[in-house]
Amino acid sequence: MADAMDARWLIQLSYFVAAVLFILGLKRMSSPVTARGGILWAGAGMLVATLVTFLYPGMGNYPLMIVAIAIGGVLAWWTGKRVAMTDMPQMIALYNGMGGGAAAAIAAVELFGDTDHGLSFAILAVLGGLIGAVSFSGSLVAFAKLQGIMKRTLRFPGQQAVNLVLLLVTVVVAGIVVAQQGHIGLAVLFFVLALALGVTMTLPIGGADMPVVISLYNALTGLAVGFEGFVLQNAAMIIAGTVVGAAGTLLTRLMAKAMNRSLANVLFSGFGDTAAAGGAVEGTMKPIDAQDAGVMMAFANKVLIVPGYGMAVAQAQHKVWELAQLLIERGVDVKFAIHPVAGRMPGHMNVLLAEAGVPYDLIYDENEINPEFPTADVALIIGANDVVNPVARTDPSSPIYGMPILNADKAKNVIVIKRGQGAGFSGIENALFFLDQTRMLYGDGQAMAAELIHAIKQL
Amino acid sequence: MIDGFIALYIFMLAAFTGYEVIARVPVILHTPLMSGSNFVHGIVLVGAMVALGRADTTLETVIGFIGVVLAAGNAVGGYVVTERMLEMFKSSKEKR
Repeated sequence: MADAMDARWLIQLSYFVAAVLFILGLKRMSSPVTARGGILWAGAGMLVATLVTFLYPGMGNYPLMIVAIAIGGVLAWWTGKRVAMTDMPQMIALYNGMGGGAAAAIAAVELFGDTDHGLSFAILAVLGGLIGAVSFSGSLVAFAKLQGIMKRTLRFPGQQAVNLVLLLVTVVVAGIVVAQQGHIGLAVLFFVLALALGVTMTLPIGGADMPVVISLYNALTGLAVGFEGFVLQNAAMIIAGTVVGAAGTLLTRLMAKAMNRSLANVLFSGFGDTAAAGGAVEGTMKPIDAQDAGVMMAFANKVLIVPGYGMAVAQAQHKVWELAQLLIERGVDVKFAIHPVAGRMPGHMNVLLAEAGVPYDLIYDENEINPEFPTADVALIIGANDVVNPVARTDPSSPIYGMPILNADKAKNVIVIKRGQGAGFSGIENALFFLDQTRMLYGDGQAMAAELIHAIKQL
Repeated sequence: MIDGFIALYIFMLAAFTGYEVIARVPVILHTPLMSGSNFVHGIVLVGAMVALGRADTTLETVIGFIGVVLAAGNAVGGYVVTERMLEMFKSSKEKR
């Protein structure tokens, strides 16, 4: 008896320490200077909490538990170490989905079990299960889309009505599950509906909006974990889950704001549907070869490089930095201009450029760099599209009208490295490509950067 | 026991904490921070372990087992990915 009391005391103390370490860790992660230490603090908290949970009174199934931790841990360790930096967004989506699935599994065990919960606990269990299951299947769809397993964006007329009906039915079934605790058939139906809801909610959302969606599911998983924490009376889960829920919600809003859209707009309006409304663009696209483009940059005074998702796809960040270094050696003033939503996550481009070794002080965000475009001799656009489309400033009928963009069109010359002539992820024609001072350099980002390097070295 | 209004207070304070921690973050760190918070909700592992540990029926055991596998994946994967990202930030700064 005394041992059980001691164990409880030790568990509570450890969970308290873990909660403190999580918050301090996140706080440290929010400044570049201390960020690296932050993950270590949070990791220490996780280790303490996990180890002490083995002492939980009244538990069995220890061999199974260790096997399960080993399977999940080793698989995640292996994939996490192996994945290329460019594929980080979908890995975060995947791990996040797993967390949501785990929260739903906890809810399922509680609901399938014969222990009769109080009303408020049953409601929280069901709510956490619903959110966790939606986050699980939704994140998997997001992963499949970003990984290229699922290429098409599925849309059909009345889709939102279908989703709404599905949501309402799920909520009604959830209510019945709360009222009729221990009815396994109903609970199974509830989870099937919730999983289906996550899939149908995510399917119509285009790839360009995925960062916002992943961030939203991250916040939702946090919330689900917090709710299941209440059900299990686990303070560490309540605090960590709720902190992530709140932080994730704020992060989601910041991201949506950077795209000049509301969250509802991202979730409920098929972006591509309205693209046809955008006006036609006058003019032609004028190609250039790497030799000429290289000469143009080598003799420029100032070159601004605007990377986008295309750079990530082509894994071109190292070549791009090599090119930039070459230009810097020749006395060219080179700066990187990063749009907040370039890539698939805010800061995605910063991570890639940091990986290639680009120092911070060459990287500028939209507000800092926009006044410099008119004095730039060359704006080099690598795989960016919508974030440099001037119709966002000029054409009120365009779906991206009002979105803050990088004013690359104000540069004296614009060179666009692009794989083909197609429109961007949003399906909108880019007026920048048709301007008089714009030249198109068609090809893979990495190959073209290599050719530019070659061209400049020959001078 | 964490019950009723105590629970509500914890919820409210934790929510404000999360909001404040993120409120003044530079854009550069958005992705690592999203990844870091993704790791933190890996604490669901603790709950999944308890659910599996208390399971009596086969069905509960199977679901609990899946839950622990998924949660362990969330925690470990979230850590590895975040650590790798932040590692690069360090090296690029120190080269300078």
